[in-house]
Amino acid sequence: MELLYASCVGLLVSCGVFLILRSRTFPVVLGLTMFSYAVNLFLFSSGRLSLNKAAVLGYSSEYADPLPQALVLTAIVIGFAMTAFVVILAIRGRADLGTDNVDGQILDKKSHKKSDKKIKKNKKAKA
Amino acid sequence: MSQHLTFLPILLPMLAGVLLLLPPFGKNLALRRVGSVTFSVITFFASLVLLMKVQAEGIQIYAIGEWAAPFGIVLVADQLSTLLVSLTTLLGIVCALYACAGDDEKGSFFHPLIHFLILGVNGAFLTGDAFNLFVFFEVLLIASYSLLMHGSDKNTTRAALQYVIMNLVGSAIFLIALGILYGVLGTLNMADMAQKVPLLQGDDIYLAKIGGLLLLVVFALKGALLPLHLWLPNTYASAMPVVAALFAIMTKVGVYSMMRIYTLIFGEQAGELSHMAQNWLWWLAIATIIVGAIGVLASKDLRKLVANLVIISVGTLVALVAVQTVQSSAAAIFYLVHSTLVTAALFILADLIGRQRGDVVDQIRSGPPITQVRLLGCCFLIAGIAVIGMPPLSGFIGKVWLLKATLNSGYALVFWPVYLIASFAVLVSVAKAGSTIFWHQQDKVAVRAQENTVHPAQLAALIILIASAPIISIFAGPMSEYAIGAASQLHDFNNQINVILSGGL
Repeated sequence: MELLYASCVGLLVSCGVFLILRSRTFPVVLGLTMFSYAVNLFLFSSGRLSLNKAAVLGYSSEYADPLPQALVLTAIVIGFAMTAFVVILAIRGRADLGTDNVDGQILDKKSHKKSDKKIKKNKKAKA
Repeated sequence: MSQHLTFLPILLPMLAGVLLLLPPFGKNLALRRVGSVTFSVITFFASLVLLMKVQAEGIQIYAIGEWAAPFGIVLVADQLSTLLVSLTTLLGIVCALYACAGDDEKGSFFHPLIHFLILGVNGAFLTGDAFNLFVFFEVLLIASYSLLMHGSDKNTTRAALQYVIMNLVGSAIFLIALGILYGVLGTLNMADMAQKVPLLQGDDIYLAKIGGLLLLVVFALKGALLPLHLWLPNTYASAMPVVAALFAIMTKVGVYSMMRIYTLIFGEQAGELSHMAQNWLWWLAIATIIVGAIGVLASKDLRKLVANLVIISVGTLVALVAVQTVQSSAAAIFYLVHSTLVTAALFILADLIGRQRGDVVDQIRSGPPITQVRLLGCCFLIAGIAVIGMPPLSGFIGKVWLLKATLNSGYALVFWPVYLIASFAVLVSVAKAGSTIFWHQQDKVAVRAQENTVHPAQLAALIILIASAPIISIFAGPMSEYAIGAASQLHDFNNQINVILSGGL
């Protein structure tokens, strides 16, 4: 179980990091979400993995650590709010900057061509 | 009532933020302004009372819900944290006042957001629990995101997007670090962590080291230490100046957390892990000062210049934190108060100067004459002298003290030349900026002369900040005694842990 769990967390982190390093906002937001899933799983495991143990004291001799579960709940709530905010911000960035690039620069070949054409048109008009 | 005093600097801004959203304040702008300023003044006085109580009676512990220390969440008010809380609430007053001149109309919810930001910052200063520190970080961050977007244009959106993404990654790393530390130590109470770190054995030591260094990454990001400082100049220069003035305290939250974690948890007592971040902090801080100085020289407008001054001050503070002696921490505390107030003043001044120069705004080149050139010129002179660290004002005292603090410990060889050359760079560029803006004026008629005079509320805010520099240097004696007291409390490992874990009895 540990191996499966650890490789899940590792896979999510690597996918998340890869996506965060992309240049457009949508993959970055997806990457952040994956990263935060990985973090939540990781936090959960910090109380050690166990089967069939309730986080209730006094009912059995063995119990799961309740604190990481509380921490994960808090982290999920906060992560959810932050993701909502960054999605809205990304949409606003697309509207304000005219591109969904994180740097706000237009890098696409198509749009380059378009802007080149515009410049040429302007030059012609001026001439 | 008085036993709840420790909680008031967190509770009052929260109440203020909520109340300012509700009907009597929410609909009426004038009422909201009055309410916001009143609330921030009340919070300031509450934190002053707390400061005096801490000075008289020692560290105050507030166990939330009466759950005792290692299990429940505690708030720890010692001299350092209450000083910073008072500083934050003072900045809160200034920003609320300044925004009353019209900046709060540019978007919605300005005043509630200020109070939520203060709530987060105060909480981060007061908490004694590592996970709670994370929660308060998030509170202050989400308030700062919205404040950054307040009254924004396109440039702000770009800066905000990068700032938010950086900080979200930072928060995720923070959680990983906390998860590792909890897995190894079994506790998140900072005092309890400090007690358990020396007892670690075998592989756990390396795990704890990984956790501690990941925390360093997070705090370096919040505090804008070298490789992670790139977000700062753009963010601070594109935020509204009044917001940037309030943000002046936010990098200090990162520095404060470094002080706490690396002197309390991974300090002298930590066995194999003691001083583990020291080397990293020291060299990164030196590099940060150098990069900040280059940035100051290269800045083309006043706000960028001040943003780079923030980077230099962060570098200086972190260098002092890395030295880890009582003297250096005391110097850091003194310098922290001074630099926060002065950079806030400079941000506000840059805004006022920019408003009176028409299209040139705050770019450092010749432009139309400034309407109130004497008032703004004098203020700029005072703030400039303070930030450079020339003799009569607070900057000089801080500078001498921090040079002296690094002298004894063999750090002077690196720190002195770097810091002195950096302050020379600051001197050159501030002097150049001042002379260009105030003396090289085009002879054209001033732009819309009468409309742009300084609003009384702005003037009041400016005077509070500018006056702080001479006041700090007049009361340098008591201030430095207080700083030494706070620093020795910070370094008094056993006392602090005993007090916190015994619930302050």
